[in-house]
Amino acid sequence: MLNIMVLVKLVPDVVEELEIASDGRSLDPASVRLILNERDEHALEEALLLKERHGGTVTVVALDVPEVDDVLFTALAKGADRAVKISGVEAGLSTWAIAGALAKALTSSGLVPVDLILTGVQAIDDLDGQTGPIVARLLELPYVGMVCRVEVDVEAHKAVVIREYAGGVTGTFEVSLPAVLGIQSAEKPPRYVPVAKVRAAMKTQQLESVPVPGQGESSSVEILQMAKLEVTGGAVMLEGSPEEIAERIWDLLKERGLV
Amino acid sequence: MAGEIWVLVEQWRGRVSDVTYEVLALGREVSAATGASLQAVLLGSDVKDLLPTLGAADGVLVTEHPTLGEPVSEIWALALAQLVERHQPLVLLIPQTNVTMEIGSLLATRLRLPFVNFCRDIQVTDKRLVARCLLYGGKVEATVAPQTPAVLGVLPGVRPQEQGRAERTPTVTAISLDLPAEPPVRFKGYTEPPPGDVDITRENILVAVGRGIQRPENVALAEELAAALGGAVCGSRPVIDQGWLPPSRQVGTSGMIVKPQLYLALGISGAPEHVQGMKDAALIIAINTDPRAPIFSVAHYGAVVDALEVLPVLTEIARSRRRVA
Ligand SMILES: Cc1cc2nc3c(=O)[nH]c(=O)nc-3n(C[C@H](O)[C@H](O)[C@H](O)COP(=O)(O)OP(=O)(O)OC[C@H]3O[C@@H](n4cnc5c(N)ncnc54)[C@H](O)[C@@H]3O)c2cc1C
Ligand SMILES: Nc1ncnc2c1ncn2[C@@H]1O[C@H](COP(=O)(O)O)[C@@H](O)[C@H]1O
Repeated sequence: MLNIMVLVKLVPDVVEELEIASDGRSLDPASVRLILNERDEHALEEALLLKERHGGTVTVVALDVPEVDDVLFTALAKGADRAVKISGVEAGLSTWAIAGALAKALTSSGLVPVDLILTGVQAIDDLDGQTGPIVARLLELPYVGMVCRVEVDVEAHKAVVIREYAGGVTGTFEVSLPAVLGIQSAEKPPRYVPVAKVRAAMKTQQLESVPVPGQGESSSVEILQMAKLEVTGGAVMLEGSPEEIAERIWDLLKERGLV
Repeated sequence: MAGEIWVLVEQWRGRVSDVTYEVLALGREVSAATGASLQAVLLGSDVKDLLPTLGAADGVLVTEHPTLGEPVSEIWALALAQLVERHQPLVLLIPQTNVTMEIGSLLATRLRLPFVNFCRDIQVTDKRLVARCLLYGGKVEATVAPQTPAVLGVLPGVRPQEQGRAERTPTVTAISLDLPAEPPVRFKGYTEPPPGDVDITRENILVAVGRGIQRPENVALAEELAAALGGAVCGSRPVIDQGWLPPSRQVGTSGMIVKPQLYLALGISGAPEHVQGMKDAALIIAINTDPRAPIFSVAHYGAVVDALEVLPVLTEIARSRRRVA
């Protein structure tokens, strides 16, 4: 039996056109559509695979932000057992403050101890740290990041984790449980769940809510400015119909003797 | 601004990685702007041989210990925390790669120091450290000022590595630390990737597909183009995560670094982790429906068009004309 907690975060969908707010230092919330951070999909998948292998429970935890209900019900429909919203955390806090609030909420509400806390290895929307390592330090648990495979020895209370390096090389680590793992990718592509099942979960299951005691601290990193990155570097843009563009590309390859 | 400028040496499997020299070059500039000396911080179990390669720094702080042999983040962060507490540098620059990924966060948490990740440039303005960082998959740049002392994660490519290389043996200060013999995270060994069907690092022509390729069937279209051009198909992480291509075909920080004659990027946004794997290709042509896709910043040629419409036409042209040419 394994009790696993998965921390998930909603982040702006970068496929949308992002706009900077009038303060020049943040994103305009109106331009933002929140989706589940891609790495967190993998963290959830890995948790569900581990539960299938060893039995136990999967608890998904997120901050109470817009769209979070959809994400949490989707997780329940995929096979998570509990879904918890942490409420009372101000928007715009530093990663530190948020990780601190998460750690506090987890301990005060009796959600920990668990055997494993999984996070996505990284989210695309912050600069000032990684929540997984910070939560691990605050809870005094070991952390391994870039994880792409987890094998748990439930009896011995330890796990063997495979961590990704570069060029396809992986490293194997042994870690005592409980531990926090930053998941890079699950062993299998994240499962798909039909909308009908999510709707059914909305009818039959409940989300839990846990308030955060106290408040976070201010950031020691001041954001001076935020700007959309202009596409620079001067790529020569090829115009025309798909056929014309294909012709131009062919010419370029020929000019360079590549074909 | 008091305190030295420190650069963590990314030392992995007996080699100093190129990115270390890039960050040393940046560190040299910060050192000039603050008047503080530049120190490289070298951790490992038996690393004396690497010292002569670090001549760009004024000095090297070396800590050798059996448990520092592999860059286990927990232990490296613990060692760095002891060094930082003892010597109080102004800033520690950490090359940001898969190897060093979480060291900065773990260290900053231990010491309650400010941490800034994804830095693509750092300057000293009005006696403050100011960093420019990439956010949102490379679409937004934030300019931030951390309080000092600070820990900064620096993206590869920040300066040419030649600028951070010097054949000169720097002043060496050996520091011994008290580290646990049985740490909570224990390294067991490396595994080499299984030999793939193709080695994409050796291909001259790469047709690269990203999430914009949309369906696994469309990867087959890219295969046809690659065959017609005499090259191979590679992809971005989401394509590999979906199982549409094997891991041996992944380009980027966790995949392969490729330098082909042609890199044709189809439906790839150009996130920093991808760009680091292909930015040195001789000719980069990017096709993407989003005119603001960051890939156009590294491409030599670009087209804002549906890749699925160009693909079959280009394949047809290549098939009919290549043999004639
Ligand atoms: C620690 C870490 C390591 C990572 N390592 C790597 C790595 O090694 N390699 C890697 O690639 N990524 C890596 N990533 C992931 C990286 O951050 C990006 O998420 C990824 O590169 C995005 O892939 P993409 O460009 O294919 O997808 P997206 O960012 O989703 O982009 C898809 C693009 O396709 C375009 N598009 C859509 N439809 C079409 C069409 N019909 N025709 C043309 N264009 C179209 C869209 O405009 C968009 O720009 C890593 C991430 C982390 C956190
Ligand atoms: N506000 C949050 N609520 C729950 N989990 C989070 C939150 N922020 C970050 N995480 C988790 O930590 C991972 C790394 O996020 P980040 O520190 O923002 O890069 C994410 O992928 C999530 O798994």
